[in-house]
Amino acid sequence: MASIDVEKVGKIYTGGVRAVTDINLEIKDGEFIVLVGPSGCGKSTLLRMLAGLETISEGQVKIGSRVVNRVEPADRDIAMVFQNYALYPHMTVRQNLEYGLKNRKTPKAEIDARVTEAARMLEITQYLDRKPRALSGGQRQRVAMGRAIVRKPSVFLFDEPLSNLDAKLRVSMRGEIKRLQRRLGTTSIYVTHDQLEAMTLADRLVVLNGGQIEQVGSPLDVYHTPASTFVASFIGSPAMNLVKAECQGDRLAIGPAMISLNGYAPASGTVTVGIRAEDLRVVSGEEGMPFVVEYVEELGSQRLVHGLVGDQALTIALSGESEISGTMRIAVDPARLHFFSADDGKRIVSANEAARAAAASSPAPVA
Amino acid sequence: MVENRPFLTFLTHAFLIFGFVVVAFPVYVAFVASTHDLPTLLTGAVPMLPGSHFIENYSAILTNVSAAHGLPNYSHMALNSLIMAIVITVGKIVISIMSAFAIVYFRFPFRVLAFWIIFVTLMLPVEVRIMPTYKIVADLGMLNSWAGLTIPLIASATATFLFRQFFMTVPDEILEAARVDGAGAMKFFWDILLPLSRTNIGALCVILFIYGWVQYLWPMLVTTDTGYYTLMMGMKRMVTAQDGVIAWNYVMAGSVLAMLPPILIVIFMQRLFIRGLTETEK
Repeated sequence: MASIDVEKVGKIYTGGVRAVTDINLEIKDGEFIVLVGPSGCGKSTLLRMLAGLETISEGQVKIGSRVVNRVEPADRDIAMVFQNYALYPHMTVRQNLEYGLKNRKTPKAEIDARVTEAARMLEITQYLDRKPRALSGGQRQRVAMGRAIVRKPSVFLFDEPLSNLDAKLRVSMRGEIKRLQRRLGTTSIYVTHDQLEAMTLADRLVVLNGGQIEQVGSPLDVYHTPASTFVASFIGSPAMNLVKAECQGDRLAIGPAMISLNGYAPASGTVTVGIRAEDLRVVSGEEGMPFVVEYVEELGSQRLVHGLVGDQALTIALSGESEISGTMRIAVDPARLHFFSADDGKRIVSANEAARAAAASSPAPVA
Repeated sequence: MVENRPFLTFLTHAFLIFGFVVVAFPVYVAFVASTHDLPTLLTGAVPMLPGSHFIENYSAILTNVSAAHGLPNYSHMALNSLIMAIVITVGKIVISIMSAFAIVYFRFPFRVLAFWIIFVTLMLPVEVRIMPTYKIVADLGMLNSWAGLTIPLIASATATFLFRQFFMTVPDEILEAARVDGAGAMKFFWDILLPLSRTNIGALCVILFIYGWVQYLWPMLVTTDTGYYTLMMGMKRMVTAQDGVIAWNYVMAGSVLAMLPPILIVIFMQRLFIRGLTETEK
C-alpha cells in the first residue's frame, strides 16, 4: 500500500524525441488511476517509467516516501500485468506464480499459501499444473494477474491488460479487475486506450495527449466538464458533437440556426461548442435548429442519428422507439452546452460553473 | 498440401525412393564390403550381398589391425574422436549462447561491431585461416594436446548467429516480467532463456557433434603423436597401404563403426528435438 508522487516527470528518448512532458500527479493510497489517451500519447511510457523499465529523464517519482528514480523494478515494490501476459512459457502456472517469490527468497510455506490464495481468488486452482500454452486467453490473463497478486506489492501496474481479449471477455475481466482492486485495496495504475474501460474502472482518470496531461478528474467530472475539445471528443461514446459557432450577445449562431442562451453565454465571438449527443432532443414546430438526417445507427436501446445542421455534422442519441423523419428540428438546453476557445480548444468556464466549482471543496477542473 | 491422386502418390514415392537409394547405396556397399574377406574384394567387383566374414572383420578392426599401421587401438582413437567432438560441441554451445546473450541483451560500446565481426568470420572457411591459426597454436605450444585439438575450433559464428536470431524472437515483455519478478541478468539467462533455447540447443548439438566427429584436416595438422590420433585420421592412414594391398574389408568395417556415434546422436537428440518443438511456445 503506498501513495505515488509524480513530479515534473518527462521522458526524452536518445535522439531527442520527447515522449512525455512535465507530468505532475499525486496518487493516493488505494486509488485506481487510469491513464487514457490515443496511441502514442505517452501513457505506456509513463507507466513504464513508474515500473522502472524506462529511465526517467526528468523529474522524480516517489513510491510511498521513497524516491525510486534509480531503483531497479524488482525493488520498487510493484507488480506489472502486461498486454501479452508475458507468462514464462516453459513453466507451469504454479511455477509462473512462484517465480517472483522464489527470487525474493520467500519461505516455501508462505509461497504455497499465497499461491493457493491467489489461485482460489482468480479461480485458476484447477490449472495450476498446466503450461500457459494449454490455457485460453482469459485464463492466461488471470494467471498474469495472479503473478502480480501473489507478490502483494504496494502498487499494481496494468499495461493494456485486456486488449488481447475478445469483447465479451473484456467486459467480464474488467469487472473482475475492479472487484479485485476493491478487495485488495492496492494502489493501481491502469493504461488503456479504450475510453469505456477507463470510465468504468477509474477512481480518477488521467487523460493524456501528446505526452502531456490534458485533464485529471473523476470519470464523471471528465465526462461532464471536459477541459478541452480533445478530452471532449475522446471521452464518451458517441463522441461529443463539436461545432463552430458564433456568440452574439445572448444568442448563439450555429450555421443558419440561432439558439437563445438564456444568460449562459460565457464568451463572445467565435467559439467551439460541444454538445453531448444525449443532450439534444427533437422538438416540434419552428423552434430549434433544422437537422437533415443522413443515416441512423441502431444500438437497440438507442438510435444514433447522424445528420447536418447547416454544413456541420451532428449526432443525436434518441431512444430506441423514437420516430425519425428526413428533416427534424432539434434543440438543446443552453445549460448543457460546453464552450471551448476556438483558438486552443481549452474550455471556457461559464460563470455558473466557476461558482459551482468554488462552492465545492474539491479542486476545480482546470480550464 | 493435401492431394489425393494415385499417380501423384506414385510419383512422390518414386522420387523419395530414388533419393533414398542414391544416398544409401554407398553406405550399403561399405557395409557389404565389411562382411567379405580381402581376396573377394580384391577381385575388383564388390558383391551385392553380405558375406560371411562379418564377425571376423569387425573383431579384427577392434583388436589388432590398427597396430599393423603403427596406430593406437581402434577404441583409443574412437575415444579421442569422442572427446574432441564432445568438447567442441559443448564448448561451441556454451560460448555462442553466451556471446549471443551479451549481444542481444546488453548495451555496450561497439556492440553492433562485435556482432558483425563475429558474423564476418562466417564467410571465411576454416581452411583460409588455417595457416595463421596453426602458427598461433604452435607458438603457444599447444601442438599434440587436447587444447590444440579443440580450442581453435571451439568458437562458432553460426551458432552465435542462430542463438541471436532466436533471442530476438523472445518477447521483450518476458524479460521485463522477469525484471519485475526480481531476476537479474544471469538468473534470467538460467531460468528463462536457457530452458526456452532447449530446442535450438538440441538441434545444434546434432550438427556440432557431427562437425567435431568428422574433423580431419585440423587434427592431422596439430597432432604428430599417434596417441592423439582421431578415428578419421586413423582410417585415412589405413587406406595408405605400406605393402601395396589395402585391407578394404577392415577399412570398411572401421568406417561403418565410425558412423555409429553420429547416427546414435541423431536418433537420441531427434527425440528430444521433436519433443522440444511440440512443447515450447513463445
